[in-house]
Parts: sequence; structure tokens; C-alpha cells
Amino acid sequence: MFEYPGPKGSSITAALKAANIEFVVALPDITTSDGLLWPLSRDPDLKLVRLCKEDEGVSICAGLAVAGKRSVLLMQNTGYLDSVNAIRAIGVEFERPVCMIVGLLSKEPHLKPSESGRYAVRLMEPLIDVMGVERIGIETDDDVAKLAPAIARAFESSKPMVALIERMVRP
Amino acid sequence: MMKRDEVLKVIHEHRGNAVVVAHFHTAFDMMRVASHPLNYYSVGAMGQASSHGLGLALGLPERKIIVVDGDGSLLMNLGTLVTIAEAAPPNLIHFVGENGVYETNGSHPLPGIGRTDFPAMARAAGFRKVYRIETIADLRTELPEILSQNEPVFCSLMMVEGEQSREDWLYINGPKHRAEFAQGLKAARAASNR
Repeated sequence: MFEYPGPKGSSITAALKAANIEFVVALPDITTSDGLLWPLSRDPDLKLVRLCKEDEGVSICAGLAVAGKRSVLLMQNTGYLDSVNAIRAIGVEFERPVCMIVGLLSKEPHLKPSESGRYAVRLMEPLIDVMGVERIGIETDDDVAKLAPAIARAFESSKPMVALIERMVRP
Repeated sequence: MMKRDEVLKVIHEHRGNAVVVAHFHTAFDMMRVASHPLNYYSVGAMGQASSHGLGLALGLPERKIIVVDGDGSLLMNLGTLVTIAEAAPPNLIHFVGENGVYETNGSHPLPGIGRTDFPAMARAAGFRKVYRIETIADLRTELPEILSQNEPVFCSLMMVEGEQSREDWLYINGPKHRAEFAQGLKAARAASNR
């Protein structure tokens, strides 16, 4: 089976900078670890806040937004699931622009998220939709073009958004 | 043991232009005895006050950020101590009111009451400036030093509930408070730049 390559970490980083992101708030996710988080951790233009738990990150991003600073929360889909109450309250009900980049752990490369055999992957799109949160999917490098505009919309509307990373990010 | 509303009055006297983050009954007490345009109640989920405080501290490095957390709330987000110590914002003060109960949920006792040592946890997480205060007199004495540190501070406050405050959940969770805080912060920043 032909494996479409995943997005490049350098493309995602460029999109974050184009969206005026200053802070990356992160708990490691294997889908984005080598291709994105390690390079981001060495990027002098971005400030990295390392987390113990993902729901902390929802609140940190909200506090930064209130202070006028743009950030993204980088985490795994299981971290999103663990943080649903914080996202519900702080992102959705309080209308804070919490921008989340979420790696889909163990998603099969040839399947859509909705077709995955992994319940935690299959659950993500309907869960995000029922919460009323905007989402985009990033499967290939071409899809990265959707990221900066989605972040811009989140800050303009003061609403949360999720970018689902559907394949392993390439360095 | 100190009464919470008395503690909040003393902090209020010393806060200057700091942002104060509080949640639940602490927020209601602040509305009654320590009202200020830079009071931030939009915490949303139990345990998250210190994480909002960290975001505010990183985003507003020119301003002190004071978090008045609860012991039950801290237990729900213990990792925050490590995250704050790692990020090490020089302008964040993390107070924890120790009353030993989940007050908002019926005042049931916390697990570990009488055995849990929050200052020791903070030290073990990497805080170097750690305090434990039991009396209002000591709070008055120690506050100037606490507020003048240039690194994260953790301070346990041994307290009990004071006078009852009206519980205005709609306000602390609502858009009116968020708009008022945003306006207060905007005005405070403009005043700082003059």
C-alpha cells in the first residue's frame, strides 16, 4: 500500500509563526515528537512551556490570550480526551481562543479518523463537533496551509480550534 | 487559623497593581471584601486557577500575578507545581488556602488531611521560596517580602471559612466579568505606560 507522507514539521512551524504564535504549550505526542516538538524546542523564536498534564495547557493558553499573547497547545488525542472539561468550560463557554494541535495516536495511515479501528481516534471528530469546536485535519503537507487561517479565525472570533494531525509529522 | 475574608483583605491592601486569580468561594469573598478591576475569576474548571495564573504571568511579565488557590483545587492539579517551577515566572505568587475540605462540594474532608504537606510538595517540585502562614499578624509581616521576590513563590495559608458571601456563580462564570476584567487590564496597562 502506498504511504502518503505526512506533513513536514518545518511547514507547521512556519504556519505557527505566520499566525503570530509566541508560545507553544506542550505535552509530548509521538505523532509530532520528532518532526515538530523537538525542532520547536530548539527554535529561539518560540517559547516552550512544558506541561505535566494537558488540561493545565488549556488554562495557560487562556491566560496568555487574556494577556494578549498567542499560543498553541500541542498534545495527543488522549490528552484532548482527558481535558474535555477544561476545553468545555474555558474554551467553549468562556470563549477563549485555545488553539490545539492534536496528534492522533496510532491512527492507521490508510484510514480516515472516522474509520480507525482505534476508539480513541474514531471518537475525536464527533466529539470535537458536538462540542462546537472548529476543527481542521492535517494529513499531508498541503493541508498545513489551513493552519494559520484557522488560528487567525480562532483569535478573531475568540473561540477554540483543533488541528488534528492525522499522520506522523516528518522532520 | 485565619479567616479567609480577613486574609483576602490583607492581600488586597498589599496587592498594588497585581492581578489576583481566585475561584469558587474565594472569588465570592473577594467580590465582597476585596473587589478590584484586576480580580480574575474566569477559571472555569476546578484546579485550574494556578494554570491561568501561569499563563497570565508569562503574558504579563511586567505585573505581579497572585493566585489564591484552594487545597482541594491544588490536589486536582498537583502537576501545576512542577510546571510553574519549570517555567519559573518571576512574577507569580501561588497562595494556597488550606481549609482541609472540598468546601464547594459540601465540605467533605480532603484525602490526606493532616498528613499532606503542601509546602514540602512545593519545595520538592522546585520552588525555592516557600512560606507557611498561620496568623494574620504573620501574614502582614511576611507579605512585603513575599511580593518582592523575583522568582515563583508558594505560600500555604492556614485558614477557615470567614463570613458567608453571596454565591454569584453567573457573574464569575459569565461574560460580564470577563469583559470587566479585560477593560480593567486595558486601563491598568494604559496607566502603566503613561
